[in-house]
Amino acid sequence: MIQLAWLIPVLPLLGFIIIGLAGKKLSKALVSAIGCGSVLLSFGLAVGVFLELKGTVQTVHVFDWITAGSMQLGFDLLIDPLSALFLLIITGIGFLIHVYSTGYMHDDEGYGRYFSYLNLFVFFMLLLVMGGNYVLMFVGWEGVGLCSYLLIGFWFKKEEYNNAAKKAFIVNRIGDLAFLVGIIMIYMNYGSLTYSEVFAKAENNTTLFNAIGILLFIGACGKSAQIPLYTWLPDAMAGPTPVSALIHAATMVTSGIYMITRSAIFYAPHSAEIAANVVAIVGVMTALFAATIGLFQTDIKKVLAYSTVSQLGLMFLGLGVGAFTGGVFHVMTHAFFKALLFLCAGSVIHAMSGEQDIRKMGGLKKSLPITHLTFLIGTLAISGLPPFSGFFSKDEILAHAFEHNKLYWLLGIIASMMTAFYMFRLYFLTFHGSFRGTQHQKDHLHESPKSMTIPLVILAVFAIGAGFIGLPDKKLHFLDSFLQNTYKFGHANRWIDAQKDFHSSEAYLMAAAVGLALVSIFLAWSLYKKRGVVPVDNESEMGKPQRVIYNKYYVDEIYDAIIRKPLDKISEATYRFFEIKVVDAFVNGVGNMTRRAGEGIKYMQAGTLGFYVFAMTIAVILIFIIKVF
Amino acid sequence: MSAIQVIPLNWYITLSAILFGMGVMGVLFRRNAIIILMCVELMLNAVNLSLVAFSAHHSNADGQVFVFFIMAVAAAEVAVGLAILIMIYRNTKSTDINFLNKLKW
Repeated sequence: MIQLAWLIPVLPLLGFIIIGLAGKKLSKALVSAIGCGSVLLSFGLAVGVFLELKGTVQTVHVFDWITAGSMQLGFDLLIDPLSALFLLIITGIGFLIHVYSTGYMHDDEGYGRYFSYLNLFVFFMLLLVMGGNYVLMFVGWEGVGLCSYLLIGFWFKKEEYNNAAKKAFIVNRIGDLAFLVGIIMIYMNYGSLTYSEVFAKAENNTTLFNAIGILLFIGACGKSAQIPLYTWLPDAMAGPTPVSALIHAATMVTSGIYMITRSAIFYAPHSAEIAANVVAIVGVMTALFAATIGLFQTDIKKVLAYSTVSQLGLMFLGLGVGAFTGGVFHVMTHAFFKALLFLCAGSVIHAMSGEQDIRKMGGLKKSLPITHLTFLIGTLAISGLPPFSGFFSKDEILAHAFEHNKLYWLLGIIASMMTAFYMFRLYFLTFHGSFRGTQHQKDHLHESPKSMTIPLVILAVFAIGAGFIGLPDKKLHFLDSFLQNTYKFGHANRWIDAQKDFHSSEAYLMAAAVGLALVSIFLAWSLYKKRGVVPVDNESEMGKPQRVIYNKYYVDEIYDAIIRKPLDKISEATYRFFEIKVVDAFVNGVGNMTRRAGEGIKYMQAGTLGFYVFAMTIAVILIFIIKVF
Repeated sequence: MSAIQVIPLNWYITLSAILFGMGVMGVLFRRNAIIILMCVELMLNAVNLSLVAFSAHHSNADGQVFVFFIMAVAAAEVAVGLAILIMIYRNTKSTDINFLNKLKW
């Protein structure tokens, strides 16, 4: 089965090719069958690989890829516990999102195009995760960026959506550059890009580890939406809602976490202290920063987007303090509940005929019973209440952060408190109280079709249960023991914070976290359910701090002022000086010179044949003379 | 040894040069288009003469092959040239090239 692992990415690629080439001629049913079927088959294979792997590390050599001088790069797929876990998440959740999309996108004219992009997205993500060297990872990395561009701008007729797509692409490019430089540094120092060789050669070298670590992390900042490159993710909400679910849960944003975990050796907290701390600080700051923005957003998808940014920050905090298992664990649980929340949001938007503003919703509990229940489960999971999955993974990260640096823990817990608050604010405003939309929308309210609700139910089951594979005790943490071989690979385990036995101080931390989450849920309840507060939409009625946060701290405006405008000015100046005075002058000068020369000597062509013949003869004689003497 | 090889090569070259010079002079100084055309033929045949002479001198047939080609091309050229001349004559009632000065800046 493991030798067939190359089929896992190839199947979605085939799906993309078939639908992409013949999409318009195929019926919708056939497109759905190919789109979902290819990912389902991949999922089946991934399960087979997972079961056969049993925690070992295997390499599948597909073909020789690049042979240039001393560089040998094979098209190798690396199947180890880490990539096997990601394979399951990507294909499993990817499949559910595909199924959901058949309902959500049913009336869209770009149905075939949509599914071909979706399959391509899954293909590149699988390539990123399975690649056995940094170059293959980079190919997948760039491909994922391309697909996010295509899908965010899927409804390309709206200028605004195109801009969001471009923004995602460009911001990601900034990170990609740093990633590329990091890859080149790895090659220069270790003479190879294959993971097994690089990690075997990587010996304690603090400066080098820090440099490579920080460069790779900047790359991860772009893909995984961390400060300062997070601004594209909230705007990426322009795409169809299932795409948001795919980007936020199964693909794209998790690639940064995967890359850092894969390169764990460069972030060993004891040798590469600076890199590890940069990761942790950026992570915790992003978690806090995005959570505050989430408090005042009024678009259902934007709230979820900022919660993703914030949760990703927590994951990076985990990676930064050496809790790699915790980070990966949170990726997994987050994938379940965030996909669930986004798909629920899609169901709500579907029922509301495209309305996304939570101020115009309310009381949807009755008309959308399944969506309501599954959304509640997702909200409880993201808020970190036991026994929902988010509780275990978040707790693990916070426990490691507490041991490492109490300040990280404090900031992390404030961020997760705010998460609980704004998620329940979203929940109460959407599903409780009275309906605030138009009469037309009210008549139209309906539960979504089965193709949409069944994925919700499946995801909800996992959002409840997935946490139990990582109980906070060394013996009961199945995920950690499963992942051990990934860390042994290249001796990263020498530095990684080992899982510890459960002890009472962790119980206090848990109690504190749960207590604070409950307090914020109570606050949200009393504000938005009991008192029925609806957020104002008039900015002038807001307090000053609220207005600043409502406008996302004006980060986009600041970037505009310190990056775009100076760039504009510089290009304006070079346009005025260099373009007009040098380039244009030169090009026009050549033309003018030729024209003036022609003007001057055209009178030689006076129509007298005798002169022409004479000139020709003289010229021939001259050529003859020059040639001979 | 045939008659053509008895006469020294220099004589042929001198004759060819004289003929060629006559042709050039005719093209340069005559105004009648027919005569100019004839002078062009004269230049061609001057070259032909030297080619044949060299061919005989070296006992190599290549020069003669060239001559055949030149004669064929010259025949075609004369056909076209004379046709043009007839058209010129019909339009200007003259074969004087100094009347042909319409095509200029």
